[in-house]
Amino acid sequence: MTTLNGGMDDEDKWLAEGIAGLQHNAHYMHRALDSNNLRDALKYSAQMLSELRTSKLSPHKYYELYMRAFDELRKMEMFFMEETRRGSCSVIDLYELVQHAGNILPRLYLLCTVGSVYIKSKEAPAKDVLKDLVEMCRAIQNPVRGLFLRSYLSQVSRDKLPDIGSEYEGDSGGLVDAIEFVLQNFTEMNKLWVRMQYQGSVREKEKREKERNELRDLVGKNLHVLSQIEGVDLDTYKGTVLPRILEQVVNCKDDLAQYYLLDCIIQVFPDEYHLQTLETLLGACPQLQPTVDLKTVLSQLMDRLSNYAASSSEVLPEFLQVEAFAKLSSSIGKVIEAQVDMPIVGAITLYVSLLTFTLRVHPDRLDYVDQVLGACVKKLSGKAKLEDSKATKQIIALLSAPLEKYNDIITALKLTNYPRIMDHLDSGTNKVMAVLIIQSVLKNNTFISTADKVEALFELIKGLIKDMDVTSADDIDEEDFKEEQNSVACLIHKLHSDDPEEMLKIICTVRKHILLGGPTRFPSTVPSLVFSALKLVRRLQSQDGDESGEEVPAIREIFMILHQTIETLSFISPELALRLYLQCAEASNDCDLEDVAYESFTQAFILYEEEVSDSRAQITAIHLIIGTLQRMSVFGVENRDTLTHKATGYSAKLLKKPDQCRAVFACAHLFWIDDREGLMDGERVLLCLKRAVRIANAAQQMANVSSRGGSGSGTLFIEILNKYLYFFEKGNPQITASMIQDLVELIKTEMHSDNPTDASADAYFASTLRYIQFQKQKGGALGEKYELIKV
Amino acid sequence: MVLVLALGDLHIPHRAHDLPAKFKSMLVPGKIQHIICTGNLCVKEVHSYLKSLCSDMHITHGEYDEDSRYPETKTLSIGQFKIGLCHGYQIVPWGDLDSLAMLQRQLDVDILVTGHTHQFKAYKHEGGVVINPGSATGAFSSITEDVNPSFVLMDIDGLRVVVYVYELIDGEVKVDKIDFKKTSTT
Repeated sequence: MTTLNGGMDDEDKWLAEGIAGLQHNAHYMHRALDSNNLRDALKYSAQMLSELRTSKLSPHKYYELYMRAFDELRKMEMFFMEETRRGSCSVIDLYELVQHAGNILPRLYLLCTVGSVYIKSKEAPAKDVLKDLVEMCRAIQNPVRGLFLRSYLSQVSRDKLPDIGSEYEGDSGGLVDAIEFVLQNFTEMNKLWVRMQYQGSVREKEKREKERNELRDLVGKNLHVLSQIEGVDLDTYKGTVLPRILEQVVNCKDDLAQYYLLDCIIQVFPDEYHLQTLETLLGACPQLQPTVDLKTVLSQLMDRLSNYAASSSEVLPEFLQVEAFAKLSSSIGKVIEAQVDMPIVGAITLYVSLLTFTLRVHPDRLDYVDQVLGACVKKLSGKAKLEDSKATKQIIALLSAPLEKYNDIITALKLTNYPRIMDHLDSGTNKVMAVLIIQSVLKNNTFISTADKVEALFELIKGLIKDMDVTSADDIDEEDFKEEQNSVACLIHKLHSDDPEEMLKIICTVRKHILLGGPTRFPSTVPSLVFSALKLVRRLQSQDGDESGEEVPAIREIFMILHQTIETLSFISPELALRLYLQCAEASNDCDLEDVAYESFTQAFILYEEEVSDSRAQITAIHLIIGTLQRMSVFGVENRDTLTHKATGYSAKLLKKPDQCRAVFACAHLFWIDDREGLMDGERVLLCLKRAVRIANAAQQMANVSSRGGSGSGTLFIEILNKYLYFFEKGNPQITASMIQDLVELIKTEMHSDNPTDASADAYFASTLRYIQFQKQKGGALGEKYELIKV
Repeated sequence: MVLVLALGDLHIPHRAHDLPAKFKSMLVPGKIQHIICTGNLCVKEVHSYLKSLCSDMHITHGEYDEDSRYPETKTLSIGQFKIGLCHGYQIVPWGDLDSLAMLQRQLDVDILVTGHTHQFKAYKHEGGVVINPGSATGAFSSITEDVNPSFVLMDIDGLRVVVYVYELIDGEVKVDKIDFKKTSTT
């Protein structure tokens, strides 16, 4: 710790000393400049620049010192300009004069500064001065000092290159020289930069790598300058610039430099150039060090090309012309093959980039897409299921890309390698992917319209459809499981064909798969299947109507399938199965299939008797049974009697009296269907209502006995009164005005004797009496009828 | 002015996978003050979705609802109106107006909202209003053929309520309204 801290302090101290020395000499330099004293100015500026000779500073601190010197040198440059303008000293003389500086580093900084003025003066061709300078800089072989010196040269010369159209172009056309100059400076800087790592002890390697990394932009700046040169058109880039850069990149054999520079090339030059030089660029990859992070570089390149392709449809023919896909694909294959140590996530990342590229550039080439997936399958094959979370994330990206692109699972279903990749996922990720597939189907509102496609889709999402491995049963999160199964249930509604025959096949396919899932999945999936089949029944039935009442054989078949399917559910969720049987009963009623309807009711009743034990569940079930039965028109007298008898029987056996009472008076509706001859049995309606009154009496007595007071029985008589009014209005001859009057009196007495008044019962009774008044005032036949009730 | 969303019988995932996209884009959080839902959502994801539109939510029990804690009936007061809510499977014959009116008297409400039939209905009846918002997803029903997705918005302002019905017919949202004024404030 102490040495480390000491080191830091020392460096700060050295920097402070350097700055102090620099400022001291700069002060005298300024005075000399003010008094136009060239000799002193040169002397003090050289002394000031001597501070840059230090080897004690890290690149970071050295940069700070350099920047101060840089600012001072700008003043010197202005001064030199003035000198030459005044004519007190020619620029050629200056160029000679500065070379008298005692030390080489200050001499070269001054030389570069005068060189800049020299070029501006145009007294010599820019290319000659530049060539001279870039050669002279070779004298500095210390990496840090050399890099900064050359960086300075690059900085002062960048606006004076003999580029096409530049004022410094010269007669002989200096473009070649401009490029040559920058390339040479780049090459030398890169050599210095690479050499840095061989200096100093092995122990400090890590620190050195860090320092080198800080300096990389000095080297990369040259590539940026190259990209800015007007004259570097595609031909020049292809013929000279890129090969020369790549030559240096390959030859330096340094992984840091190779990675950085390749990335730099991709970033600074236009995408159009990359596309046209793809072969050269990719050709360099296998020659690089095996440790270079090529996947990042290549991904970067492909991402850029993808965006370029997306930028305008006009550029797409270029991609086809250069066979970009084939080149990228083969290059990636080679890189993955060569870099045996590349982690699997790296390879998959590359395939994701290639796939993104393919989807952008060749959306119509499904075979390319499948080819990329196939290459990925090949890489994954023979390996255990993926456990690396980063790799699985990339796989999900890989598999999601075609879904997002095509917005259509049907296209994805054509990709033969798609399910093969899914097989390599662990069961958790497999489920995540399956859910994504389902969401894609749901979002895009596409229907999967053939049984074959449904089969393929179920193959894809089989991770959700059945248990894939026995071990994980314990760690399944129940909520997640339910959510997944619900999404499967939603999916079933998207499996649809307008052709009834195909639809039936789809239903059979779905059924086959969901029955494999085991009972825990049935409560979510079976109802969806049942309703999907019922929709088909309704469709067939309306067709049936067109063809003069002939029975469609498929309908019977579907009901058979329905009954068998619901039966599987009845073991795990009898209440749900009961509801579904009742749905079947209604559907078969609409199809005029009495035997099927009767069978449906029988199954529902068996479940009610044997499986529904919770009292609230019983109440709900009873109301559903009564409600459904009330709507049935298919039954003959005998069947109807059997079923209504059972339903009333169940009603009277409910646990609590009030519930019994309500179910029983609801049963009255089973005997009175408006406008249905033979189903307007006034007597049995009355029997039900009377029975309800008896039960209400019993309930009342129980409530009076119990200290807890009313158990929901307070309004029973009023409810029954309303039922009397209902059937009275309907014209049931058995219900008379005096019966109603008696009941009203009874309620009035009850209410007076009831010690704790029940506000809701009072309100209910009041509104019922208001209703009677309302009906009386209506007049007409009904009004007259109501007039008979005296209240 | 208070906006009340009334809907029900979504039957997700048994009979439909989601609300129609056109409805979803109309139903945005922050505009509705109360939700009344007749039940049959059926799963808790739907409950959460509705809750995200408006936290003041009243639901009654539908026969397919997983959550058995929803009550059979519910009454609430909004503005000058007393509103009653019930799924409707308990009211035999299903969807029968006279029987629903009976429930309206029993709950002593101005507006009765029920579901179950999947058929949109709104009547002025015996000095009150009886509403069935239909099925918000257009779910299959054994009672109603060709169900169109529908829901109801009630704009309650003092003694006045405007009932807007939104129905999705062949991909287009059709809006209908009925106006109702309450005569007394009892």
